[in-house]
Amino acid sequence: MKCAQSHPDVPWLTEPCRSSLFQLPSEACVGRTVDRLDGLWEIVGLIKETYGPFQPPAAMIAYKDVQHLFRLATVFVIGFVLFLILRAFLVPKSFGQFGHYRGDALQEIAARPISYAGHEVCEACHTDVFDLKKHGRHARVACESCHGPLENHVDDPGNVVPAKLDTALLCVRCHESIPAKPMDFPQVNTAEHSAELPCETCHKPHSPRIETEEKKK
Amino acid sequence: MKITRRQLLILLPAAAVAWKYVRAGTPQESPNYNTSEHWWGMLLDITKCIGCGSCVHACQLENHVPDGYFRTWVERYVVRDWGFEHVSVDSPDGGKNGYPPLPWDQGKSFFVPKMCNQCADSPCTQVCPVGATFVSPDGVVLVDPKYCLGCRYCVQACPYGCRFINPETRTAEKCTLCYHRITKGLTTACCEACPTGARQLADLKDPNDPVHEFLKTHSVQVLKPHLATGSKAFYNGLDGSVR
Repeated sequence: MKCAQSHPDVPWLTEPCRSSLFQLPSEACVGRTVDRLDGLWEIVGLIKETYGPFQPPAAMIAYKDVQHLFRLATVFVIGFVLFLILRAFLVPKSFGQFGHYRGDALQEIAARPISYAGHEVCEACHTDVFDLKKHGRHARVACESCHGPLENHVDDPGNVVPAKLDTALLCVRCHESIPAKPMDFPQVNTAEHSAELPCETCHKPHSPRIETEEKKK
Repeated sequence: MKITRRQLLILLPAAAVAWKYVRAGTPQESPNYNTSEHWWGMLLDITKCIGCGSCVHACQLENHVPDGYFRTWVERYVVRDWGFEHVSVDSPDGGKNGYPPLPWDQGKSFFVPKMCNQCADSPCTQVCPVGATFVSPDGVVLVDPKYCLGCRYCVQACPYGCRFINPETRTAEKCTLCYHRITKGLTTACCEACPTGARQLADLKDPNDPVHEFLKTHSVQVLKPHLATGSKAFYNGLDGSVR
């Protein structure tokens, strides 16, 4: 049907007008139908449109030099893939096992060797000292508190011999009188107390109460 | 299977809880030690501390702490003229070689052993940018020396001043609560060496631990409770002037 037949008042409508969505003609008449409310429809704003070969949308005109964006995107994609590959190699397998940290670190820290053997180990062999100590005032002082760390001695009792202790230094460390110490803790002013005699002259370190004193009580 | 909206709303929290357990992972494989069975803390009794420095010695010998740096130390507090806001604190060489006599003798004084508080919500682990420090599943704040950059964020973040940069390894270091000992069933070196029992290791998940009874029957306090760090270092007899 020719447009000119329906619109004889439009002089330029001479060519056939096809309405296909897929095959746009090079020229078409375009308008709006308006309900005249009397049962008829009127076409208003009818114009003739000419279609060019390809009209790019506005966004593509604005970004007409898009090659650099594609290049940038490619660099990003390659970078991201490289990141994923490197990450797979560099991040330890145990990372995230328990949380945001390396799970193997727990075992590594736990695997460190000990230096203090613990008083139970000492008491297993040195039963004589333990028997002497357990009724004395120093019953709850652990062996290595004075003797120092002796795991080496436990591992090799024959060759590693604990050093002789300096009682003048060790006894004073705890028993020198300082006002900040708890009142019920036995303290002495060493300068006045012993007339520079070694502590062990009177007090046996493993059971420090003087025996005559014990008999009195 | 068709799930109604009501069923979905019930399932979602259950799935979230399940996912949390999946994320937490399986506990460490060790024949005698199971991380999920422990939650470590420490009891420090100021009324028993004599300031002998045995703990400081023991810690340095056990953990090879370089001279001049301390994972634990003992402070002497002196409150003069009842000025609780203006206390004198000294800790010469961490307190391991005794304390000099005070130039004054009025006021009250006492010793406060200090160490990592093993916070459950520790500020130091939250700031680590690389995941080198963390709270272990058994509640010990540890540093992974292989991951630590030495950036010192954690040293800044600790409100108790318990971290330092090891001058040899240049990584952050702190009290590990003798993790290499407690996982073997031993107590920490400082607790072992303490002659008065002022320090006691506490397993807060083990109901047979005698420390539970002590914590129940005594007024214990943590340092800087207003910071809500979840500190697990409980102090008995803590004076209000202690910072």
